[in-house]
Amino acid sequence: MSEMKKIKNLKDFSTSADRFEGANLLCPGCAHSIIVREVLNATNDDLILAASTGCLEVCTAVYPYTSWDASWIHIGFENGSSAVAGAEAMYKALKTKGRLKQPDRVPKFVAFGGDGATYDIGFQWISGCFERGHNMMYVCLDNEVYANTGGQRSSSTPIGASATTTPAGRVSYGEKRNKKDMMAIMAAHGAPYVAQVAPNKWKDMVAKIQKGFAAEGPVYINAMSACTTEWKFAPEDTISISDLATDSLVFPLYEIIDGTKLNITYRPKNIVPVRDYLGAQGRFKHLFTKQYDYLIDEWQTRVDAKWDYLQRREEASV
Amino acid sequence: MADTMELRDIEVWDGNMAASHALRQVQVDVVAAYPITPSTPIVENYAGFTANGYVDGEFVMTESEHGAMSCCIGAAAAGGRVATATSSQGFALMVETLYSASGMRLPIVLNVVNRAIGAPLNVNGDHSDMYMGRDSGWIQLDSYCPQNAYDLNFIAFKVSEDHDVRLPAMVHQDGFMTSHTAQGVHTLPDDVAYKFVGEYKPMNDMLDLDHPVTHGVQTEEDWHFEHKARQQHALMTAVIPKIEAAFDEFEKLTGRRYNIVESYNMDDAEVAVVCMGTSVETAREVAEEMRAQHGIKAGVVGIRVFRPWPLEQIAAALKDVKAIGALDRSSPHGTVGALFNEISGSLFNTDTKTVLTNYIYGLGGRDLTKAHLVSIFTDLKANADAGKVTTPLQQYIGLRGPKLSFF
Repeated sequence: MSEMKKIKNLKDFSTSADRFEGANLLCPGCAHSIIVREVLNATNDDLILAASTGCLEVCTAVYPYTSWDASWIHIGFENGSSAVAGAEAMYKALKTKGRLKQPDRVPKFVAFGGDGATYDIGFQWISGCFERGHNMMYVCLDNEVYANTGGQRSSSTPIGASATTTPAGRVSYGEKRNKKDMMAIMAAHGAPYVAQVAPNKWKDMVAKIQKGFAAEGPVYINAMSACTTEWKFAPEDTISISDLATDSLVFPLYEIIDGTKLNITYRPKNIVPVRDYLGAQGRFKHLFTKQYDYLIDEWQTRVDAKWDYLQRREEASV
Repeated sequence: MADTMELRDIEVWDGNMAASHALRQVQVDVVAAYPITPSTPIVENYAGFTANGYVDGEFVMTESEHGAMSCCIGAAAAGGRVATATSSQGFALMVETLYSASGMRLPIVLNVVNRAIGAPLNVNGDHSDMYMGRDSGWIQLDSYCPQNAYDLNFIAFKVSEDHDVRLPAMVHQDGFMTSHTAQGVHTLPDDVAYKFVGEYKPMNDMLDLDHPVTHGVQTEEDWHFEHKARQQHALMTAVIPKIEAAFDEFEKLTGRRYNIVESYNMDDAEVAVVCMGTSVETAREVAEEMRAQHGIKAGVVGIRVFRPWPLEQIAAALKDVKAIGALDRSSPHGTVGALFNEISGSLFNTDTKTVLTNYIYGLGGRDLTKAHLVSIFTDLKANADAGKVTTPLQQYIGLRGPKLSFF
């Protein structure tokens, strides 16, 4: 049976056994490493991990080094999900055939991918894995941009963000499209558990990861990952930016069970204006002119409407 | 435990059915696959075996060929026997992951039922997909008939999974000509077939939970070259001896002899064609007729191992012929055919003085008839007599309309 950690406080958590080493090449202040540690530290069970090509991958497995003290595989940009699904299939086969080396241990299968690998190039593979019902967790490290290659837009990049392929300029305010709703899409697969998490709300995250590990079937976790380099804020501000994201409800924290039942898991005591969240990041700096005031108003309207929608779903228990 | 299937000594199987039974008999742990003509029946047959209790491994029907090979890579890294099948466009979609599988040194067996690659879209057999795979770092074995498709699967698993090799292997058969043509196939009992390949011996397996491993690392200019050189070294030095040993062992078991290079009537041959797939059998028949009816000492060299290319064995097989026709069943698009190039590379720096010409044939399933081969052998005889090329260097065989030859 799966063993979940009992974690009481942050000190307890930060000193728990670490299968993701601090020795990695991620930027100072990168939220990826915080999220990955929080995911891996949520369980004492064995782990079989995969990563799609991206910041996490290129910063943690540069030969002859590895930051992973658990079995880990990377194939390409689009197929981290399928890599871990293949390993999970092999686990099942060897279990049936009685050839597991440690038959009494039940590993967890987890794939990590950025939003480029998840929302864009790897979407088909993830959808395939979820439809087939592999017993795996897919964690999207959602920093809303192709950060590894220097800040190109993805289908997770929000309206108004300046990315290198949708730069703000004399006649453009940057990205024109709204972020894709991956949570709804993955819930629509009928997955037993889908949740949005943020590294600053670590208790909420650990609870959700543990729920995910306890579920049978494919689990999707959308993890907000504030990117100091591409969102353009100081490295020491990662958690305060994350607080602004969750408290402005730009990243509402909620879960969807069995594809239908939605629960909101965090309600900010004081809801922060979206303007404050946008204003703290260089990628939205150009919006703060009279010309683009309407965009910030539209942002607020959109976030309010989504929050209203989530609350109505929760109330209706659907 | 999967059920054993009682087979007759000789079954009437097409190439697809033969390959499916080989996969069943070696008890593959994970087959992850996606259907595509003409390899679809391999996947369907295997699904049928699974549904009826003859397979106790996992059978994963993925959303694409890329997903299939990605799952195969994850499964192989996890530590077990892995196989799949594809053709043509599906092969093309897999290509990225083919390089991953070989670079990660993972034993996987891929049955490739050869088919043309569009555009224009075409479902019939040619060797375009096989040629597309030739730089991918896989072992490539070539079948000429359903019997070969069956036998070579056992060889492929045995060699690929050898710890001195650890490279993935393709077993090729011609789309429709082999895959859908039923012939008598000599079978092995399930236990004998399994024993020949042996138990899977894991290495660097992710599922060994006491020994975590990292697969698929990044290497830049500091280490990439060393990795690729070791991969090439293994492919060029370890594989051929292992295939030879497996062929010897297989002959002892079955009486069926396979060779790295298949030579027919080559001892005294003055002219020879070099070809692959079903064409080898047609060419053999015509070579006999050229000898009997035309007095031309004709021979045939069939490629059994396309990768690694057996330079020395090819040079030895062709050392005494005066004229050679390289028959390529794929459009080379911008150069001479692959076999022409490979044969040139094999014979250059040797004492052999011969005349080599190139024939492109059979694209998109166009027939190669005996009459075509008669004209090719006649060309080659003229080249042999003249001691030089008397025809265009590269010609199309069986093409309608105006002659479109080159060079």
